[in-house]
Amino acid sequence: MNPRTKFAVGSGIIVATLLGLAYVGYTQSKTYYHTISELPTLNGSTLHQRMRVSGNVRAGTISHQDGRTNFVLEEQGKTLSVSYIGNDPLPDTFKDGAQALVEGRLTPDGRFTAEQVQAKCASKYEASPTGAPAAGGSVPNKT
Amino acid sequence: MDIFGSFALLLAFLAAVYAFVAGIVGIVTRRVLLTKSARNAGMATFGLITLAVATLEYFFFTDNFSLAYVAAHSNRALPLYYKFSSLWAGQEGSLLWWSWLLSIYVFLALFLNRRKHPELMPYVGVTLAGVQIFFLTLNNFVASPFHVMAAADSAGVMHVARLSEGTGLNPLLQYPEMVIHPPMLYLGYTGFTIPFAFAMAALLGRYPGEKWIHITRRWTMVAWCFQGIGVLLGAHWAYAVLGWGGYWAWDPVENAALLPWITGTAFLHSVMMQEKRGMMKVWNVWLVFVTFMLCILGTSLTRTGIVSSVHAFAESNIGGYFFGFLGIVLVVCLAAWYKNRDYLRSDNQLDSLVSRESSFLFNNLILLAACFAVLWGTLFPVISEWATGSKISVGPPFFNKVNVPIALFLLLLTGVGPLLAWRKTSVDALKRNFAWPLVGGLVAGAVAFALGWREFYPLVCLILSVFVTLTIAAEFYRGARVISARDGSYILTALGELTMRNTRRYGGYIVHFAMVMIFIGITGSAFNQDIQKEMNIGDKLRIGPYTILCQNFDQLSTDNYESNRATLEVFRNGHSEMMLYPERRLFRTSQVTETVVAIESTVVHDLYVVYAGRTPDTNVPVIHAYLNPLVKWIWFGGIVLVLGTILAMFPDRRAALLLRAATDRPWADRTAPSPVTAPIRHSSSDD
Repeated sequence: MNPRTKFAVGSGIIVATLLGLAYVGYTQSKTYYHTISELPTLNGSTLHQRMRVSGNVRAGTISHQDGRTNFVLEEQGKTLSVSYIGNDPLPDTFKDGAQALVEGRLTPDGRFTAEQVQAKCASKYEASPTGAPAAGGSVPNKT
Repeated sequence: MDIFGSFALLLAFLAAVYAFVAGIVGIVTRRVLLTKSARNAGMATFGLITLAVATLEYFFFTDNFSLAYVAAHSNRALPLYYKFSSLWAGQEGSLLWWSWLLSIYVFLALFLNRRKHPELMPYVGVTLAGVQIFFLTLNNFVASPFHVMAAADSAGVMHVARLSEGTGLNPLLQYPEMVIHPPMLYLGYTGFTIPFAFAMAALLGRYPGEKWIHITRRWTMVAWCFQGIGVLLGAHWAYAVLGWGGYWAWDPVENAALLPWITGTAFLHSVMMQEKRGMMKVWNVWLVFVTFMLCILGTSLTRTGIVSSVHAFAESNIGGYFFGFLGIVLVVCLAAWYKNRDYLRSDNQLDSLVSRESSFLFNNLILLAACFAVLWGTLFPVISEWATGSKISVGPPFFNKVNVPIALFLLLLTGVGPLLAWRKTSVDALKRNFAWPLVGGLVAGAVAFALGWREFYPLVCLILSVFVTLTIAAEFYRGARVISARDGSYILTALGELTMRNTRRYGGYIVHFAMVMIFIGITGSAFNQDIQKEMNIGDKLRIGPYTILCQNFDQLSTDNYESNRATLEVFRNGHSEMMLYPERRLFRTSQVTETVVAIESTVVHDLYVVYAGRTPDTNVPVIHAYLNPLVKWIWFGGIVLVLGTILAMFPDRRAALLLRAATDRPWADRTAPSPVTAPIRHSSSDD
């Protein structure tokens, strides 16, 4: 084999390995974004995927019970009941009317179990970042 | 005053347009005077943008809240240095800041080369002016920082309104590092414009040989170094401010900053192939083009909001302009390359798989793979929505799965590559160079295994780190021994002499060692621990060797914020070691709460303590403690990286002597080593 072929074979092996690893990583961490109005249209396997949903926290719906925090997200008239089961304290920005992004799964009764909640207050800051982990302490991804 | 600032910006725009148009006309008509005046216009942009920046800073320092931008990013009680850094806290200001830093580079590139490379510089000037026109268009017509606020009076007539107080700077940005991190990162982003302009110029002007690479080598290293520092400072900021115990989350903005650094690294290595062997010419030109485009993409990602990020502080809808510009750059690059592709034909081919060339090829392949994977993962929500209609994001597992093996392979190449000979390496040379380092690495691995390390990647990383460190140390030692034997000098003197003889080579080794340190630090994250606990006064928490005793909770107050503070006493082996004071600050003007992390950092590990808030039901304070091993090595590695890069930029003593010899004999061949300055010969040292 001449060096060029050897190099091509070596590169092929490396690229194939990386593609394989990328696929594994992808299946482990893919998360779907859905809007609240899309949720009723999901069926089959898509119902059980890990997903992110965003909406505004309806005023007066935040309640604490047995270590869980329950609240209702609303977006364009549609609502979604959410139970937050994560360990981290909720962000300070998580208040009535705040814009929240929840990540977790749908339960069969149509509620949403969130493992992470990020929130952004409807503040005068144009610059306020979307759900900074500082405020939430809910970024689990340690590298 | 605001008119003064906007006028300076407008003039800068006109100067850039003039530099562009007159530059092209000068090239086409070959009029030297026109080319010269285009160059002067290019240099003048620096002065004009400086005036605009100074004006905006003046508004910040004088608490003049008649400008919308100042009112939105500052307030009276803000400390002075944050008033300074407020300049780049938002969209308009950071774009102005970008233009200004670019204009510094433009000025220096045009000024330092004003009497050199008369065939090349006009093209460089035109390319630079083209880039400047884009940013100055944004500064002037799309996102001007000099917009005043106006309000209508009772008769409906608009008057300039001057608020008495501003909204204040985003608390996340009120951290010392935010005063230096954005300038560093932006100096990286903008700095890559210079090699881009030279590459483009060499291609368009069909400038002979590898000269553009020699000219831009230092510029590229400057940009690369700033970009690296910028990324590390950003990571450190995320670590010290965001309070989640980590420094890297594969956040889109982090990725965006990393991408040009990766391709820049690939470029710094593959140019050596072109210099020494005349290979990879097309590849190098495209690496520079891609690096520049990734810089533009990176800036647009941070501010368009197409992918959400914790680092994005300036979201808006100017993305269209960036993507338009990116499109134009791509078309120009393609056209320039297509038209002049015959000029880039390679002089040589790959001779052997075990050679310096092939190690560079693998280095490039793997770096590009990393770059592609990171880019793909970052843009995946956009790509998947476009392709399938559903928006899917990928998380850290994706990035880590791909990049950890890539990083380890690179670490291996870091040790192996520099010691392989060009063309072909003999088995003897391999044994001589690698036997002992390899043994050392394996021994370290065996010891770690015996101590209970069982995870695969950390073990591999340890073995490779020791291996690479030993190869580097051996290189320094062998070279120094040769000199000391010849001159009879002390080994340390010889070491200095050796390093200064070939700064590029030995500076490069030091940068490699810096990367080893950073890798060691990152490996530490495999052994992170954390614990979260509700704590009342008198409660204890154990983590690693430490016991944390909760002493007190109190309140502090400044003009800028109110703070809830925990006082924690840390014990180790029953002895009181230190006090830690994690805080939660409520900023007055913005009513935003921020955590202030307490970090006790040692070479072995960081004790990282966050006052996480209070449990909603019981109102008991929650303390979250992390024990992160070896993190400090990353920041130390960053410092060594800077030192190594600076060393590599120093002129060689060898080159200095040659240059002197050459000026004595103006027509002498500058590349042939004279007897005085012949390089010391040892194993495969021809770089």
